[in-house]
Amino acid sequence: MPILVVAEHDATQLKQATLTTLGAAAKLDGPVHVLVMGSGCRTAAEAAAKLPGVETVLLADADAFAHDLAEAMAPPLAALAKSYSHVLAPASTFGKNLMPRVAALLDVAMASDITDIESADTVVRPIYAGNALATVRLTDAVKMMTVRGTAFEPVATEDGNAAVQDLAMAAPEDLRVRFIGRDVSVSERPELGSARVVVAGGRGLQSAENFKMLEALADKLGGAVGATRAAVDAGFVPNDLQVGQTGKVVAPELYIAVGISGAIQHLAGMKDSKVIVAINKDEEAPIFQVSDFGLVADLFKAVPELSAAVD
Amino acid sequence: MKVLVPVKRVIDYNVKIRVKPDGTGVETHNVKMSMNPFDEIAVEEAVRLREKKVATEVVAVSLGLKACQETLRTAMAIGADRGILVETDADLQPLAVAKALKALVDREEPGLVIMGKQAIDDDSNQTGQMLAALLDWPQGTFASKLEPGDGTIQVTREIDGGLETLELTLPAVTTVDLRLNEPRYATLPNIMKAKKKPLAVMTPADLGVNVAPRLETVTVVEPPQRQAGIKVDSVAALVDKLKTEARVI
Repeated sequence: MPILVVAEHDATQLKQATLTTLGAAAKLDGPVHVLVMGSGCRTAAEAAAKLPGVETVLLADADAFAHDLAEAMAPPLAALAKSYSHVLAPASTFGKNLMPRVAALLDVAMASDITDIESADTVVRPIYAGNALATVRLTDAVKMMTVRGTAFEPVATEDGNAAVQDLAMAAPEDLRVRFIGRDVSVSERPELGSARVVVAGGRGLQSAENFKMLEALADKLGGAVGATRAAVDAGFVPNDLQVGQTGKVVAPELYIAVGISGAIQHLAGMKDSKVIVAINKDEEAPIFQVSDFGLVADLFKAVPELSAAVD
Repeated sequence: MKVLVPVKRVIDYNVKIRVKPDGTGVETHNVKMSMNPFDEIAVEEAVRLREKKVATEVVAVSLGLKACQETLRTAMAIGADRGILVETDADLQPLAVAKALKALVDREEPGLVIMGKQAIDDDSNQTGQMLAALLDWPQGTFASKLEPGDGTIQVTREIDGGLETLELTLPAVTTVDLRLNEPRYATLPNIMKAKKKPLAVMTPADLGVNVAPRLETVTVVEPPQRQAGIKVDSVAALVDKLKTEARVI
């Protein structure tokens, strides 16, 4: 039976997380179909058709699917999923919102946020903020999972030539939910989840104003800015920058932790980074136990100095 | 309107967990247990709705061992009016919990279910969405703000790109994120009062629900530990290491 990947997209482009989910699907045995649900999203479907390893792209284009409402998408998706051995989606807020609703409609269990695939029915997922790794076997006919983006290689975005097949999918009539609006942060910087470099700040930054120092450093390194829960709670930066157990999980080539003590909930979101740099004035800070290069220093001096040095 | 708040007993978030040497799970014996922090936020929000006269009654529900009664007492100390424990020693997974909660919703007929977006033990982030599916109710997940209206509730959600606002027609399920509120500390008088509040105990069989696990745990292991690296004494030395040794800039 084929494998279904539910694409996350913005109607014109596929999100990076879709490419890594396809990377995970490639570890399973079977033809891969990509479902692009949305409104006016043919361009995204055509982009999916160019991806390697994709056999068919299913395009479900309807007004009701415009805002990724789980209430609209889950019932037709559950009906479609019955013809597949596996259904995969990114473990983003999109996938986390939608997939459990589909699983319950199908009366199947689901594995969240998987980081490895051992066999057709056995996957690995972090539990307890990544302080333990559980290997679990899915025993239901349809195996549903969301995929952690940093744990799999994204597929390359060319050389495929799949057919785009239109699929008539209907949302339930009475959704009892109304989309009011979105307040999406616009940034020229790379997406936090897939950036090569992340410069993150914690409570030690002391103010929103001081985060500009990190932005300047991130811009010089072509990186994204991240933050701890404490910095977000304090209102220094918006919620979508939070890295950690309940925020985003990142694994960049270089993670620079500035004024971050290193609570386990934060480490859960960044400890798989290739190189970790910690700058903190407290030499006892737990962040130094996971960092490759630690600098005990006043961040207000060290960060501008670092920015100047990487010119 | 009645509000139902499911609460889970988990290892306290400050405890450094230990994986059992035989790989069957995580040691919970003699470990401090607490209410899942997200659920505490859910209880607080429900109690605030009652204080604002939007809700008439707050019912806390838990599933699991007898010891979950403590978790329910904590919820009642924050301000829940009564508790229901569905007692079982089964390995409870999100789908089973959602089914039991659905059975309780059918009995209790709340207008709103408020629950944590995820539990900090299995980190599944599934139960609320599954419950909404089984009830065929709208869902407002990862809420950082709830604004009740006339027969509706506006939910501001924390999504990857920022914030999103939805209006749900009640009855509905909402799952809460960290920034919704800061739960109050239970005062001693309220802890004492909570001991006298009604707490009903039933079993999954009473609800006609099969809670057998559908995900089979093969092993639980410790993740590879990251080794602490070196300390550098200056920004210049750091830049040098990053350029010549790590080659990342």
